[in-house]
Amino acid sequence: MTGTSSYILEVDKLITSFETDRGMLRAVDQVSFVVPEGKTVGIVGESGCGKSVTAMSIVRLLPQPAGKILGGRILFKGLDLIHASDAEIRRVRGGEIGVIFQEPMSALNPIHRIGRQVAEVFRLHQKISKKDAWDAATEMLQLVRIPAPEKRMLDYPHHLSGGMRQRIVIALALACRPALVIADEPTTALDVTVQAQILDLIARLQSEMQMSMILITHDLGVIAETCDEVVVMYAGRVVERASVDELFAHPLHAYTRGLLHSIPTLGTRSKSLLNTIPGRVASLADHSHGCRFCQRLGRVPASTLGRPLYAEVSPAHWVETCPDCYQP
Amino acid sequence: MHRQTNSAKAVDGVSLEIGTSETLGLVGESGCGKSTLGKAIVRLLKPTSGRIQFGAVDITRSSQRAIRPLRRDFQMIFQDPAESLDPRMNVRSILEEPFIIHGLGSRAERIQWVNDLLDRVGLPSSAAERYSFEFSGGERQRIGIARALALKPKLIVCDEPVSALDVSVQSQILNLLVELQQDFGLSYLFIAHDLSVVKHVSDRVAVMYLGKMVEVASAEMIYQDPRHAYTKALLSAIPTPDPRAKRPKILLEGDVPSPIDPPLGSAFGHRMRHSRYEETVGMDLGLREIVPGHWVAADPCCLSDEDWECLRS
Repeated sequence: MTGTSSYILEVDKLITSFETDRGMLRAVDQVSFVVPEGKTVGIVGESGCGKSVTAMSIVRLLPQPAGKILGGRILFKGLDLIHASDAEIRRVRGGEIGVIFQEPMSALNPIHRIGRQVAEVFRLHQKISKKDAWDAATEMLQLVRIPAPEKRMLDYPHHLSGGMRQRIVIALALACRPALVIADEPTTALDVTVQAQILDLIARLQSEMQMSMILITHDLGVIAETCDEVVVMYAGRVVERASVDELFAHPLHAYTRGLLHSIPTLGTRSKSLLNTIPGRVASLADHSHGCRFCQRLGRVPASTLGRPLYAEVSPAHWVETCPDCYQP
Repeated sequence: MHRQTNSAKAVDGVSLEIGTSETLGLVGESGCGKSTLGKAIVRLLKPTSGRIQFGAVDITRSSQRAIRPLRRDFQMIFQDPAESLDPRMNVRSILEEPFIIHGLGSRAERIQWVNDLLDRVGLPSSAAERYSFEFSGGERQRIGIARALALKPKLIVCDEPVSALDVSVQSQILNLLVELQQDFGLSYLFIAHDLSVVKHVSDRVAVMYLGKMVEVASAEMIYQDPRHAYTKALLSAIPTPDPRAKRPKILLEGDVPSPIDPPLGSAFGHRMRHSRYEETVGMDLGLREIVPGHWVAADPCCLSDEDWECLRS
């Protein structure tokens, strides 16, 4: 049931909450964005901003029983993922939506051989014999450029290096040729040279298989090099969303600007003072309804006025229009 | 310097110097031995062989007892402040401890010193009565820095001091480290895997690969004119936060080999399956000065033909 829209995924006013000792906390507070067909959308923000929770809400892998989706809509190829049955979600997850997790060691089962784990994905999602699943899995390892795949099929995860393990996780995620891949900090645990290999591999497979992708990262360099569009999150909300060129050239929200200016690059003068964002990300429980970046900076006025409007200020450029933080 | 663990040489034949008020950046990928080197320098580890000289004193073989008075002069800041601060001690006790161990000051003086330290790292004096887990990652790192500063050291080994922090907090801590260096004339050994960060704080940069130094030069030289193939690959792999800058990447095959069973010749040549690898078995791959102040490993697999000829003659 493919709709006519060119978006493979539409997230609209998503609210995800966690039950905690301090009551229900909204980790994701009315988040909206779209993933155009064949494109890569990056979600960037600091720890605790809700980027991973947003992704896990899409595939309904929230920690249970604490995590709950309390509102909004997630449309994947016309299918409402929030209200889909468990059976439908299981078919989509790992089938039409693949997930690449940050820590490959925890995404793989330490007591089963690599081959069995990759073949299992085929057995779960396709009516296929054990032999055929094994062959398909071997082929998959080849596709993610693992040397001597027949031998590696018989290895256990701990036999492999971090980079090789991440290739296995990518093989698992892409096994059923998903239409959408969600990659949650796929290279954060890796060294830079291995990161470059893995990002290159993901980009190549994405264009070969014509997949759409959501890439979650805290690294603006990774965003600039791999994404078409960017969603910037702060304290559970989207503060800005635009194409990658537009966002880096004309950031309109104070938080985006702060992030972009606080990273040292090879071009900054040695030992010069870097720009900083004062304060720190407060706990979700301590936030009021108003603009949350104002709260970080200790500014009161705008935050008392209620939540700033999230608006499209120029074509395809969305900003939370807090009078203090929105700087056109 | 060598450190022997199950006969794995984590750091192998490394020589370096750090000047007064200088920052030497140390970069390399996980398992290259950079943290081991840092710990050996402050003698949290005992090197198997080699020599570590601090000022006029050789501390390589000093006993723990003999080294204790010297520890005032060299301190360490760790990557994860949550793990390096005792959760059962409040911040005052954490910061007071170095003074007590070294028998310094009266109680009243120590209270004053702790308040001064907190102030210097940008924390309110009320922080003294709280516990480390009540603070955010950036604030905890400030506490770790305050503790390292307490005894007015000359050298601080900073082992990945900002890599666990969010970017907006990372820049606060980097600024603080730079300011403190200027105020107190500190020397830093700054260990990190993030090359942009290392470039930002360092005067000179040393690049390590599998326990060995492969290139040492001023920060400007190493970034503008890297000579060693590994340094070039490492630099090209840094993601640039500018979507219009499409820099070509040097993609390396494979992973860093294990130090337990290292290749006999050039470790990086081995990873690249370089045609001249066999030549490097048994060859002295130590650092040579290729231009004044710029040292690079004399390794035919990792240098341009021109540089290799230049070093040989």
